[in-house]
Amino acid sequence: MRTISFDGVIVGGGGAGMRAALQLSQSGYKTAVISKVFPTRSHTVSAQGGITCAIASSDPNDDWRWHMYDTVKGSDYIGDQDAIEYMCSVGPEAIFELEHMGLPFSRTEEGRIYQRPFGGQSKDYGKGGQAARTCAAADRTGHALLHTLYQNNVKNETVFFNEWFAVDLVKNQDGAVTGVIAICIETGETVFVKSKATVFATGGAGRIYASTTNAHINTGDGIGMGLRAGVPVQDMEMWQFHPTGIYGAGTLVTEGCRGEGGYLVNKDGERFMERYAPNAKDLAGRDVVARSMVLEILEGRGCGEHGDHVKLKLDHLGEDVLESRLPGICELSRTFAHVDPVKEPIPVVPTCHYMMGGIPTNVNGQAITVDDQGNDHIIPGLYACGEVACVSVHGANRLGGNSLLDLVVFGRASGLFIESALRDGIELRESAQSDIDAAGDRLRHLNESSGGENVAELRRELQSTMQNHFGVFRRGDFMQEGIAKLAELRGRVESVSLDDKSDAFNTARIEALELQNLFEVAEATAVVAEARNESRGAHAREDFTERDDENWLCHSVYHSEGKKVSKRGVNFTPSTVETFEPQIRSY
Amino acid sequence: MLQVSIYRYNPEVDSAPHMQEFAFDTEGKDLMVLDVLEAIKAGHDSSVTYRRSCREGVCGSDGLNINGKNGLACITPLSETVKNDKLVVRPLPGLPVIRDLVVDMSLFYAQYEKIQPFLKNNSPAPAIERLQSPEDRSQLDGLYECILCACCSTSCPSFWWNPDRFIGPAGLLQAYRFLADTRDTATDERLSKLDDPFSVFRCHGIQNCVNVCPKGLNPTKAIGHIRTMLLNRAT
Repeated sequence: MRTISFDGVIVGGGGAGMRAALQLSQSGYKTAVISKVFPTRSHTVSAQGGITCAIASSDPNDDWRWHMYDTVKGSDYIGDQDAIEYMCSVGPEAIFELEHMGLPFSRTEEGRIYQRPFGGQSKDYGKGGQAARTCAAADRTGHALLHTLYQNNVKNETVFFNEWFAVDLVKNQDGAVTGVIAICIETGETVFVKSKATVFATGGAGRIYASTTNAHINTGDGIGMGLRAGVPVQDMEMWQFHPTGIYGAGTLVTEGCRGEGGYLVNKDGERFMERYAPNAKDLAGRDVVARSMVLEILEGRGCGEHGDHVKLKLDHLGEDVLESRLPGICELSRTFAHVDPVKEPIPVVPTCHYMMGGIPTNVNGQAITVDDQGNDHIIPGLYACGEVACVSVHGANRLGGNSLLDLVVFGRASGLFIESALRDGIELRESAQSDIDAAGDRLRHLNESSGGENVAELRRELQSTMQNHFGVFRRGDFMQEGIAKLAELRGRVESVSLDDKSDAFNTARIEALELQNLFEVAEATAVVAEARNESRGAHAREDFTERDDENWLCHSVYHSEGKKVSKRGVNFTPSTVETFEPQIRSY
Repeated sequence: MLQVSIYRYNPEVDSAPHMQEFAFDTEGKDLMVLDVLEAIKAGHDSSVTYRRSCREGVCGSDGLNINGKNGLACITPLSETVKNDKLVVRPLPGLPVIRDLVVDMSLFYAQYEKIQPFLKNNSPAPAIERLQSPEDRSQLDGLYECILCACCSTSCPSFWWNPDRFIGPAGLLQAYRFLADTRDTATDERLSKLDDPFSVFRCHGIQNCVNVCPKGLNPTKAIGHIRTMLLNRAT
């Protein structure tokens, strides 16, 4: 097996990966991005509504501390306040950099970046009414962001391994990460990509659910690789169901629709969010809105023949606003819902959207493991940023527009930290040949497989188990059934068949490897969801309906060895502002 | 029954490409072409090879030649393309085939990189964003939305003949995206790089690019603007 060496290797070519890569490339260090798709095909491209940040364009008095307050509250108080402080305070600088790089933001009459209202936003620590803090490029902000980052990486001559797939982590005798085993999809060649710093920016894993806004490629590859290498994951029970996925298709309809004045109606045409969130209404936290929608449906007020969805009303905004502010939504709705939002409401249903959990990291992107005594330890050589990481700025519920800010700020922070660490000198002992071979075991096993089951069938079974047992509302006995089903699935997923053993662009092989990653994500989710005996943020239990701060004002940590769950403290000590104490969360 | 005919070529096994036929039951549903490919790969033949990612027409992975016309498989409904129950799926024309429906896009990307697709501004950046009026920003509408799917360039005869020298509609659309951006100060440098008989002027205005663009963009119009800028500069 060939070895290729770099100072920094970023696994994943989405927003977080390319922002980290850009930072490192600019510093002159030998940087490579491994991406299983051409970078502009990454899922960041699908982000629509915008990137939330207190740049004080819409409101000259806007303050990042208000954004911080909203984010802490949105997280249902298990977001780390030091990380949220960092994200919200550094955010404006990171946004202006993107603008300077050429990102085509929409503009105000003053020529500044256009900002729209999004859910969970307030002025003056919740006391000043709705804020408009989400910076937008029409409703194609992710596309504009991702292309801008790719363009600037081209400018800075970052090395791209496009359509290469990272299989597993390589460690050394000290437990440090020294790189990854990766396959060139086009040729089938397998190489050891060695690096002083390996950054996971592999994105989310929404494909563990049958109904998701996520791209086909969102298979949790970083989580899978991490868990197999003994890296723990945090808050994996926290999955965001976006209120407005297009009914049937699952494609996303931005919260920006409601930010621009759209609202949800039930079969009676009632604007039902007025009952559930009298103040914020349709712009309450996403978890709150998603649950309200499900309750409307369960109580018989859903729309359509089966009464299984509600509708998003936009027509009152007028064609001009829709075509200028929400052109992509008009396109998606016509294509996937066969509905013209200028004339009639869009059928929508809560749809799996975002993984709040992930690999625990500090604000520098350094991956963290937790020992039996509950002490944090940095994993040398491994970093994570973006959706795969849990730094944690989203806690139990992410606010709309905060994912793009998270990936830009922490992609950048990881790059900055690695740059300074490289300058100080990073010494990692070489991996032994046996370590490298061990990392290739899974791939070898798959390549030698015979007689197992079909990838697509197993994937369908996995997805329906997660959809049915770990959805918007959860119940202990039902989750235990789900866990039993997964336990039975594990062996079958591990011995999945690969009929096509060819080398050239073998997507069947990649899909089999992805299925195994999906499985790791699903199992971690299931085990911690069953363990957290309370309702908080996106995790809503029918058998434990209240938030339990006494026992669960903490992160959950899942260890693959023994499928063990432990607790980890939440950071309540921001450095420049007072702690935001937990309060009853209402909108 | 839908008769699906898929272009197959595996360089390790096949000496030449061939079409493979599948009989496919749509159960009366108006599926997207990508749904059909996914179902065939899942249920009939896992070796059928194509690219896909977002499945909603924004990532540009699944540009294919569908019943003779380039388009994105994920947003092309059968009702729009199928006549007489026949669906023929081929790779985008004019680029080397790696396997089945997957083409080598290196030349396409090289043309994109050639136009230096990044903002150039030689004045120091302000502490906040650079200001731009909504009117100036609107000049970028219809340009920045390109998803690099290559449907346009691979439907362009001029690009087929000179893929190494003619930038092609996708690259030129992006060239104009930066020429049109009031924040970009490298207009002259950009035009100099395009000022040769091939880069721009191999466009003969036949508008195949406009007809196939899944995002409804108009590269021909952008190329027209570049031509005008080049001609104005020459005089």
